[in-house]
Amino acid sequence: MSEALFEKIGGEAAVNAAVDIFYRKVLADDRINRFFEGVDMDAQAAKQKAFLTMAFGGPNNYTGKDMREGHAHLVKDGLNDSHFDAVVENLGATLKELGVADDLIVQVAAVAETTRNDVLGK
Amino acid sequence: MPIIEFEENRYDCNPGETLLECLDRYNCPPPSSCQSGLCHTCLMRCLEGTPPPSSQNGLKPGLVKQGYFLPCVCYPEGDMKIALPDASAVPHARAKLISKTLLTPSIARLRFEVDEDFSYIPGQFTNIFKDEQVTRTYSIASVPAIDGNVLEFHIEKIPGGQVSQWVFDTLSEGDELQISEALGECFYQADQSERSLLLIATGSGFAPIYGIVRDAINQAHQGDIHVYHGAGLPEKLYLVEEMRALAEKQANVFYHPCLSRNAIDGLEAGRANELALAQHEDLKGWTVYLCGHPEMVKATKKKVFLAGVSMHDIHSDPFEFSK
Repeated sequence: MSEALFEKIGGEAAVNAAVDIFYRKVLADDRINRFFEGVDMDAQAAKQKAFLTMAFGGPNNYTGKDMREGHAHLVKDGLNDSHFDAVVENLGATLKELGVADDLIVQVAAVAETTRNDVLGK
Repeated sequence: MPIIEFEENRYDCNPGETLLECLDRYNCPPPSSCQSGLCHTCLMRCLEGTPPPSSQNGLKPGLVKQGYFLPCVCYPEGDMKIALPDASAVPHARAKLISKTLLTPSIARLRFEVDEDFSYIPGQFTNIFKDEQVTRTYSIASVPAIDGNVLEFHIEKIPGGQVSQWVFDTLSEGDELQISEALGECFYQADQSERSLLLIATGSGFAPIYGIVRDAINQAHQGDIHVYHGAGLPEKLYLVEEMRALAEKQANVFYHPCLSRNAIDGLEAGRANELALAQHEDLKGWTVYLCGHPEMVKATKKKVFLAGVSMHDIHSDPFEFSK
């Protein structure tokens, strides 16, 4: 957890502002929206919130195992690096839309990057 | 040390431990995932006592109001009696049928007398017990301020439906049965007076909408209220004249009865949800209520979200079919 980053971005209020924007971008992105098909939207939004909190350096208790197990069925379905990249891209675009400074966006992308191998089951 | 009552047992919650950790110690935890109050997997409900507000962070206001909370971030401040979210659907109150009429050949309007202390918010649903084993969920169409201690339901006859068939063929005025407490978060929020509301229903999904619209008006809602009621055939639309009269009387109510197949005088052609989205493209800041056919609800939820409605402000009541 990186308190400094989380507070700089705007803490929980920033996460709440980001969730809807980020989730909308993901649903509209034809590279990755098929992985979100059929999932209950409320449940998915809650997971997005958890992911964003983690990416912003906020408090979370995700383990590598959680990320691995949570995405295993998607990996079977073809989830790969290009999809992970697309998600991080949408994350960056969301933060830009919220007026977050570029250097902070870079830090958020770096945090997200640390989950790549667990998410993709590598 | 707070005492936690859960499923007939009492547990001691240690200082500094979350309610989830406590239940885990006693080997009866609910499912959980993020352990941080974010994913809502561990959602439970507090039946007696008060959950600390920090354990309700992020939940929809309707759920907060009913005592739902997240045990993984809950440090109990007093004794609590808790339950899993779906454990509340047990027989709870008596209801006596006082009127059974037909709204359409296949949709019945039932009005039950209940005790004064039966509390509900228009738009919620309850489980009606045909007998001890067989129960179905129906949305409430009445409004306490208008209907007093009378509960109204709109029940559609489903071919081969155990309960709906019994409702049509057997259930008679004077019969008494049991209902559960009122559940659900699909209701009008008084602090949204200035917002535009969009309410879309198919078939008997109009029941909760009818309650929510009248509740909003009763609470002097200031913003525009747009109601779309859709069906495939004219005989599945009902309360059309009542709604037209309501829209006449209230400047901020706009009513659209829709027929998805052929247009008929006075009824708009097209699916209710498609017409609604075509007529209102930018829904940022709106609150939306979706009730009825599960496919309509699911598809429209996504469409209104993409049109700018916040997840928090989408209230849905899909009428799933029982096996």
